[in-house]
Amino acid sequence: MSLLDVKEVTKTFGGLTAVSDVTMHLEENELVALIGPNGAGKTTLFNLLTGVITPTEGVIALQTDNGLQTLNKVKPYKVAQAGLARTFQNIRLFKELTVLDNVLIAMTAKNKEGFLESIFRLPSFYRKEEALKQQAVDLLKIFGMEDQLDVLASNLPYGAQRRLEIVRALATKPKILFLDEPAAGMNPEETADLTRLIRQIQNDFHITVLLIEHDMSLVMDIAQRIYVLEYGKLIAEGTPAEIQQNKRVIQAYLGGDD
Amino acid sequence: MKKNLKYNLTWLVLMVVGFVLINVLEFGGIIDALGEQTLVTIGINIILATGLNLIIGFSGQFSLGHAGFMAIGAYVCALITTSIATPMGMVIGMIAGAAVSALVALIVGIPTLRLDGDYLAIATMGVAEIIRIILNNLKITNGPAGLYNIPLLATWPVVYIMVCLTTLLIVNLIHSRDGRAIMSVRENEIASESMGVNTTKWKVIAFVVGAATAAIGGALHANYIQTIAPTDFGIMNSINILIIVVLGGIGSITGTFVAAAVLGVLDLVLQNFGTLRMVIYSLALILLMVFKPSGLLGTRELSIRKIFNKFGHSKQKGDA
Repeated sequence: MSLLDVKEVTKTFGGLTAVSDVTMHLEENELVALIGPNGAGKTTLFNLLTGVITPTEGVIALQTDNGLQTLNKVKPYKVAQAGLARTFQNIRLFKELTVLDNVLIAMTAKNKEGFLESIFRLPSFYRKEEALKQQAVDLLKIFGMEDQLDVLASNLPYGAQRRLEIVRALATKPKILFLDEPAAGMNPEETADLTRLIRQIQNDFHITVLLIEHDMSLVMDIAQRIYVLEYGKLIAEGTPAEIQQNKRVIQAYLGGDD
Repeated sequence: MKKNLKYNLTWLVLMVVGFVLINVLEFGGIIDALGEQTLVTIGINIILATGLNLIIGFSGQFSLGHAGFMAIGAYVCALITTSIATPMGMVIGMIAGAAVSALVALIVGIPTLRLDGDYLAIATMGVAEIIRIILNNLKITNGPAGLYNIPLLATWPVVYIMVCLTTLLIVNLIHSRDGRAIMSVRENEIASESMGVNTTKWKVIAFVVGAATAAIGGALHANYIQTIAPTDFGIMNSINILIIVVLGGIGSITGTFVAAAVLGVLDLVLQNFGTLRMVIYSLALILLMVFKPSGLLGTRELSIRKIFNKFGHSKQKGDA
């Protein structure tokens, strides 16, 4: 049984079929990439998996501690609480809040808020708050951001903003991390850093990573398995070596006649 | 833990000192009856505006219906205190007013808070109008004539205590996990939702708490002015509260305090200018918005913690 099972998922917007009959699976602690030409429906598929939009047809099921949980028609916050976290292609940080607050907010989901506890400042409030902050700082430390705790997210350099988005996603303690073009707009040096970072996440946090990326050297370097999407359909699946040899994929990227 | 105690004690001391200081000034004759009236008005405006700031500045939902919730609090409390004309009645009245207002906000908030920006503003404005028209037509509220002979229970000390209490609760709410969840909705709803934050829930909570605060402001207003009528709670009143929030800085509670005080004093000073008063008042607002569009304090806050930290730092520097 896979960690995440996607069966025959289709999404249509009016007459346009953005994602058509996609079947895929993610195993535990696997690093999978999703590639495809522009407009292939990669981000739409991401949005389907994370509950931002609901599939027209098909089933998305996550293996949880209490058995299989279908994620169709489940609100995004519930999907996140079930253990799917994501970053965004166009960075969506809480810009006017500090780095620490960004991470703390992501922790709210797994640490139930106590409304009365907060407004009356009961002793348990301080205790929990202190513990939560310590966790957040520890997490930021792993990614070398512990000296930027009080910096507003919008004041971080671009690469650090991308990194913070990943840290924030990890703070929700996910089972699967979805990265939507994490290397977009990065220079080769930053990309190399990111490659290390993604590997580190997979190894240290023992989670599954699904990655959308256009940077082929990055994808071929780190992915264990690759799915290729074109015009909303999966056209290939396999290891990086297999994908590089796949005629259908080469055609999709470079064109050519049948 | 000890640190927290220090901050909390400092706040308590500040509140007590403020209270004693104003009372001494009053006994000394420096604050006259008109001065006290200004202080009470400022206090009530602070309560109303902090509630609205929670909704607009922290959860990022634009509401124009604050006067409606103020009206609910005013009427409920007035009706209760006319039958129980004791301080206890005032307490019951305020709690009941806040509860009814919160309930209405909950019922109204769940469908309307799905809307965004301008649409939400218009919807909440509509809600306030509906409340006003209901008050205008009910028998128990005495229709357009309104209620009068309401006992004077919202004296200056009561208002002062309520300002401290409501501000404390709202500030505590903001600086907590709940507050962070509320602010994440303002910052980026989509991101917030994908981090597992139930955005609808937190929008509704901010709206309900804001409405309850407005009701307390309304209750104090009713028991200070002693007469209320539906026309006291029109759209212009919502806008007046909005002006305080915008002027102080959307998302700054201390800014709300400053703005309420500045506008209160400005109003008092301009009493002598007769008809020119509103012109100068408006002009002051326009100038402020032109030169400081983010409000007097922007989103910044004056905080004891920061001041302490600053002193701590300079001390350390001095030692070195």
